[in-house]
Amino acid sequence: MSLFERRLIREASFGLTNKLWQISWFYVVLLCMLASVGYVALYSAAGGSPEPFASPHIIRFGVGLILMLSIALVDIRFIARMSWVGYAIGVILLILVLKMGHTGKGAQRWLNLGGVAWQPSELMKIMLVLALAQWFQRATWERMGNILFLIPPAIAVLVPVALILREPNLGTAVITAVVGATIFLGAGVRWWKVLLIVGVVALCAPIAYNHLHDYQRARITTFLHPESDPLGAGYNIIQSKIALGSGGMWGKGFLQGSQAHLNFLPEKQTDFIFTMLGEEFGLVGGLALLGLLTVIIIGGMLMALRCRHQYGRLVALGISMNFFMYVVVNIAMVTGTIPVGGVPLPLVSHGGTAMITVMMGMGVLMSVHVHRNVEFSDGTDEL
Amino acid sequence: MKRDTKRSGVFTRRALLIGAAQIGALGALAAKLYQVQVVEGARYSTLAETNRISSRLIAPPRGRLLDRFGTVVAGNKLNWRALLIAEQTGDVDETLDNFSQLVPIPEHERARIERELRRHRRFIPITVREFLSWNEMAAIETNAPELPGIVVDVGTTRIYPYGPALAHIVGYVAPPNEKDVAEDTMFALPGMRVGRAGMEKYHDLSVRGKAGAVQLEVNAVGRVIRELDRQEGTKGQDIQLTIDTELQKAVLDRLGDESASAVVMDARNGEILAMSTNPSFDPSLFNSGVSQAQWAEWTNNRKAPLINKAVSGLYAPGSTFKMIVGMAGLESRAITATDIVNCPGYLDFGDRRYHCWSKGGHGGMNLRDGLKNSCDVYFYEMARRTGMDHIANMANRFGLGVKLDIELPGTRTGFMPTREWRRAQGKAWNIGDTIVSGIGQGYMQLTPLSLATMVSRIASGRDVQPHLTRSIGGVLQYGSKPEDWPVTSVSDKSLHAVREGMWAVVNEQGGSGPLGRLDLPGMQLAGKTGSAQVRNVTREQRDNGYKSENMPWEFRPNALFVAFAPYDNPRYALALVVEHGNAGAQAAAPIAKDIMTEVLTRDPASKRDSPTEQVAALTPPPGVLKP
Repeated sequence: MSLFERRLIREASFGLTNKLWQISWFYVVLLCMLASVGYVALYSAAGGSPEPFASPHIIRFGVGLILMLSIALVDIRFIARMSWVGYAIGVILLILVLKMGHTGKGAQRWLNLGGVAWQPSELMKIMLVLALAQWFQRATWERMGNILFLIPPAIAVLVPVALILREPNLGTAVITAVVGATIFLGAGVRWWKVLLIVGVVALCAPIAYNHLHDYQRARITTFLHPESDPLGAGYNIIQSKIALGSGGMWGKGFLQGSQAHLNFLPEKQTDFIFTMLGEEFGLVGGLALLGLLTVIIIGGMLMALRCRHQYGRLVALGISMNFFMYVVVNIAMVTGTIPVGGVPLPLVSHGGTAMITVMMGMGVLMSVHVHRNVEFSDGTDEL
Repeated sequence: MKRDTKRSGVFTRRALLIGAAQIGALGALAAKLYQVQVVEGARYSTLAETNRISSRLIAPPRGRLLDRFGTVVAGNKLNWRALLIAEQTGDVDETLDNFSQLVPIPEHERARIERELRRHRRFIPITVREFLSWNEMAAIETNAPELPGIVVDVGTTRIYPYGPALAHIVGYVAPPNEKDVAEDTMFALPGMRVGRAGMEKYHDLSVRGKAGAVQLEVNAVGRVIRELDRQEGTKGQDIQLTIDTELQKAVLDRLGDESASAVVMDARNGEILAMSTNPSFDPSLFNSGVSQAQWAEWTNNRKAPLINKAVSGLYAPGSTFKMIVGMAGLESRAITATDIVNCPGYLDFGDRRYHCWSKGGHGGMNLRDGLKNSCDVYFYEMARRTGMDHIANMANRFGLGVKLDIELPGTRTGFMPTREWRRAQGKAWNIGDTIVSGIGQGYMQLTPLSLATMVSRIASGRDVQPHLTRSIGGVLQYGSKPEDWPVTSVSDKSLHAVREGMWAVVNEQGGSGPLGRLDLPGMQLAGKTGSAQVRNVTREQRDNGYKSENMPWEFRPNALFVAFAPYDNPRYALALVVEHGNAGAQAAAPIAKDIMTEVLTRDPASKRDSPTEQVAALTPPPGVLKP
């Protein structure tokens, strides 16, 4: 039936060499290319110097790459069994961040663990994907029709979303919700049921708006009219568009971006890194980067399609969706299409948590790919 | 297996749909990028350049004012000042404390510095102290390690080497106001000054020059990254005046403590060689700001030091007007030079008696004797015969009561009454008004400059206009040569008659101004005294043995003297007014003699100009000098 039908591997595990052979090295090369783009961009963001952004970036990527390859070799069935444990750890960290996290830019997002500032909401998204996949992978088609069966996973989505909103971090909360909804869809929950849930959430939006922080409301209003406050909250969007627009078709050249190098462009090493590349390498450079990102996203989706078990399929879908949401929200943000949201460009932006969590996600994705043909013994419907 | 097939089928369908949606979203972002980077790219490029480039003006050096021999009378001096750049010092207070150990900073200055530090970004230099002396600079330089953030830089400030001596002519500069800045953005630059009075004001457009511009690349907080382009401005032009500074100083010295004004002109071309008004003021005080006490002292002084009396003081001309009456009579053929009028000491007309200054009378007088003795009765009668229309017309032809083309702002025209003016007031012009006008009294009000113009025209026979500008930017201005001016329409005969009368006043036995006689061998001066009442003398006072010198100062008559020399080859003209000096013959004539002696000894009009002089363009610049 499946286009990618392969012989099921019934053995409990298979050899390490075999596993290494199964890793999609092409995909690893794609990730390395993306991290290299990040190196170039951060080198420029520091005014033509590897310090303080580019060198730590590439070191972190190296660490992340080892982490990813290690996770890729872990049996996917072990990961599946540990899904809910991971989910619980994620929720505890989120609660901890609310209790004792430190504040940055008006929001409590950061948790200090071993001298490193962590943003647990990033980790939470991966844990949520694993937990939801675990929930749905043992669901029979008949149980899917039962609406009561959908209530626990819906709560599993809403708890972290609510906690992330409390930080508050609107962008990540929305991404988390969208990723969760995607798993529901992939698992075969009927369209109308998903739409119903989304509709209920949308109806709650005005109430949520009243509970938003002032700075979040300001983001939404300045998104609607950026020119109304050019030196205030709308400044970032305007300067980003000026930078992109002045880059034109071919760009101003490496290290020649006046907007970025004269500091008109805010946060150029993090949220607005795409803008910096767009200014220096033009539309051509921007589209090339967008193309690379598209290949990585579609590659992830293809891994989901080629997987023989439901758990792997849902995990690969969720992780690809998460990556896709990072890309879309970030680029839509810097082009002034949606409100500014503090979402980095994965593997390009400067920042430790995002890099490590993205690479952890990529590790799980690769583990799905490596173990795409294993048999889930505890799957009730796998015969 | 069957269930899984169904499940995986649903998954495949939905994953393909989601993938398609993802590709659609990424495609939309690509389209948005195209929109921003290519479709709207030009607009954003302009905005990026506007962000990046800041254009700043460079102040041009202000042009100097020179006297006729090239002596600087208004120049620029380097102004060494200490600036503080806050970001270059760890502790601003400590740096300022250390600085004040070397160069004291007054309490209010310290407050100003702290105010400016709060207002500006930390890399903007703040002026700590201006006008540093060499010793102070040396102290700052040697203690530089204790003064992080302090830099010494140099600007310019306006100086007037001759201060009060030329204040009324040169004028002064002051910090520009908002109107000046709106007119020329250059004035927004720190340290800029605008001409506020005198030649500084009149020639401001020439001396201010044109600002240069420098294109700077700046970052988001306005810090300069590098210089992209620089266009040097145009230096202000130097203005050469007609004044002889040394003569000007000598004249001012001779005026002593009197509230007085003297104008020395080159009679042949109208160049003003000296125009001294006493008392004067220090023009550099306006550059830094005038204190309230100083201002009060100036404005409460009854001798009005800020007023340039030569062009703004209005006086009845008294007997110095008699030449005009004489010429008006001769030119209108109402009288001849030989007509005799008997002076018994008074003239009765209508129901009034008009007194001569000589109580006993002068006897029979012709024009020459009338001038020589300054006989009032003679000129009462001749004015009556000539009529006010002719007299006023003649006065206007000699520059009296008409607007003169002098460059000084604030110059007053003076006033020459006419019958028409009186009619316009709804009153009749009486013959009595004409009679008192015959001795320069009544309604007329004239400036010393206009009297100098009158005597210049009598002496040279040319309709010269008084002027102060000799050359601009090295180019000799129109009017510097006698031929630039037209010969007067008054006949030589009439001119000669009054010149002869003026000669007799000073040089002939029994003349009314013997104290004006020169001691120089071979040189003679022709002049005319004047004593103009500022207040009517009543019959009662006259009967009680009136003596003007017994009056309070401000009610005493003004003393006047006009003169030209040498008599046989007229070159220099002089008008002198000593306020409340009583009698021209006593108070003004000796001063006039000394001034003319000084002028003839120096002979500034015959000396060569500065060697760089360049003779050019005969076309008069619009509105400056019209013959």
